[in-house]
Amino acid sequence: MTKDEALRLYRDMLLIRRFEERCAQVYVEGKIGGFLHLYIGQEAVAVGAMSLLRPDDYFLGSYRDHGYALARGTDPRPLMAELYGRSTGISRGKGGSMHFYDVPAGNFGGDGIVGGHLPLAAGMGYAIRLRQTDQVVLCFFGDGAVNEGAFHEALNVSALWGLPVVYVIENNRYGMGTSLDRASSVKDLYQRGSAYGIPRRDVDGMDLLTVRGALAEAIDRARREKRPTLLEVETYRYRGHSMSDPGKYRTKEEVEEMMRHDPIVRFTSVLTEQHRVAQSELDAIDKDVQAQVTDAVTFAETSPWPTNEELFQDVYVRSPYIHAKTADNDPAWRAAQKDDRLPEPFAPWVQPAAPAKVES
Amino acid sequence: MPVITMRDALNAAMKEEMRRDPSVFLLGEEVAEYQGAYKITQGLFQEFGEWRVRDTPIAEEAIAGVAVGAAFVGMRPIAEMMTFNFSLLALDQIVNHAAKYRYMSGGQIRCPMVMRGPSGAAAQVAAQHSQAFESWFAHIPGLVVVMPSTPKDAKGLLKSAIRDDNPVIFMENEVLYNLKGEVPEEEYTIPLGLGDVKRRGKDVTIVAWSRSTQFALQAAELLAKDGIEAELVDPRTLRPLDEDLIFESVRKTNRCVVVEEGWRYAGFGAEVVDRVQRGCFDDLDAPVVRVTAADVPMPYSKMLEKAFLPQPERVVEAVHQVLYR
Repeated sequence: MTKDEALRLYRDMLLIRRFEERCAQVYVEGKIGGFLHLYIGQEAVAVGAMSLLRPDDYFLGSYRDHGYALARGTDPRPLMAELYGRSTGISRGKGGSMHFYDVPAGNFGGDGIVGGHLPLAAGMGYAIRLRQTDQVVLCFFGDGAVNEGAFHEALNVSALWGLPVVYVIENNRYGMGTSLDRASSVKDLYQRGSAYGIPRRDVDGMDLLTVRGALAEAIDRARREKRPTLLEVETYRYRGHSMSDPGKYRTKEEVEEMMRHDPIVRFTSVLTEQHRVAQSELDAIDKDVQAQVTDAVTFAETSPWPTNEELFQDVYVRSPYIHAKTADNDPAWRAAQKDDRLPEPFAPWVQPAAPAKVES
Repeated sequence: MPVITMRDALNAAMKEEMRRDPSVFLLGEEVAEYQGAYKITQGLFQEFGEWRVRDTPIAEEAIAGVAVGAAFVGMRPIAEMMTFNFSLLALDQIVNHAAKYRYMSGGQIRCPMVMRGPSGAAAQVAAQHSQAFESWFAHIPGLVVVMPSTPKDAKGLLKSAIRDDNPVIFMENEVLYNLKGEVPEEEYTIPLGLGDVKRRGKDVTIVAWSRSTQFALQAAELLAKDGIEAELVDPRTLRPLDEDLIFESVRKTNRCVVVEEGWRYAGFGAEVVDRVQRGCFDDLDAPVVRVTAADVPMPYSKMLEKAFLPQPERVVEAVHQVLYR
């Protein structure tokens, strides 16, 4: 890994953290609503995984989904605007925090049903096999999802049919307020792969390079051998399940202990020791990231609200196989468009130059 | 025009569409090597092979979810439910995924899939295997719900459903699989959302779909003996609903009866009645009457099963009621 590549990964992790710290702040200010599930503490997983994906690969995640979109390179402006419920949001204000999609980037979201997207990942893998391409699917979910029936049905058919899907359990130890100990008969979740004969591995999710190593192996297996993998990535969320969760089910000491293994701090030592990055360089990156987040907030706050007409858009696809006269009686059909509305690319982030100091 | 069964019409629709478009594939329980639990998929596995005609484990959520996921990335899957009773195990994939992703993504995603299979009462298979769930699916924005009643409609509508870019719930009926009818030899499709008048009449409008059209047609024959000419309107698609065709008929007959195989409570017939009373208030000479299944689970005994279903005699009674006879 070159120094530039390493700095890029560092910046991606930091962007997720600073973006979400700001999310928490504006949420408390009442500027964004709904559920807000923060990814802080788990950044190494999304960044490590996304850094290995090809542009034509697909991925899906759970509702704790900000990190995947940011790590994939989706501009923070439409993401923040989505949280603000504006029409410039990545999902035009119809999804919110749990539903970030960016189809040109292969991002199929942001699923709000625990385990509900696992069969979808298998379906995308099936499509890849039918088309005989060498794309792969990454599917992220929490430790809570492994107890859903969908997990078992998806794993079984993925192994049975040879589907190129990497299933990533982000084990942050709690499904909302219920600890893994109280929810799973088997504590080593990766071992559940043995029930389906799926290659499996336990991974330290607080270490970016370890995550990358495990993901690289699994992605390669999917791409070349058309076989699924089940990875259990052990990680930790510093914040509550959502903003309304005070986290009384775990001790302050436990949280502090986990924060000592912080993935960003750990990777900082790699940067300074192996790549001779100076602290001043890291400080400059942080400043740039914070400016980018502020810019995203400004973009969101100055963006228009969706109009009432938009309420009826995006329910259906206008199609020649629907009787036009009947369709015209229904507002959702009237508003239906023939084409998909894919997000427009944003100009890359450039930090505005500091205003020149004027001598008084 | 050749006369074929509903079963063969459905089979021909899938075969023709699979030949026409390589992105169409079929999956479900027993659809391939067994040739279909009801033989709707006969011969498809031999022609198209295991990747396009896929036998699945008994895992309805996976069947539906694989179809939805594949549709999101450009395939046109047909997911067969052995019967719609088992679709309850797949409901999360349909309601929370197939029907929602386009909206939640602000129009980025489409789900061009079909979920099809028999729905409604079969013959003496009791409460868990004899249910009419069209009201459930028709309630969900984002879905299209189709219920054909003749072989010709079945073929033309299924071809449209496969080509359409929305998730289509295509509900067949086991009792109708052997129903024979004329089906054009040449290529044709029938637009979704277009109803059809199955019998012309001037005295009363009967709205019915799927197997209930059979009850209604038998009732119409009985009524004709008394000089009452019933008009049977089959919407064929429940969502979106061709209300124009229903209104046109009611404005002519001034009386309306709605027949359905499902339960009365919150059934789809209530939606039809709501629209008719608002759309045709000044034209109605009597309150609209519904003939439905009894509001109980389906019993096993054939005598009780008969009492449960909307029999032609009950349709006749309802017509007499709206005619004040």
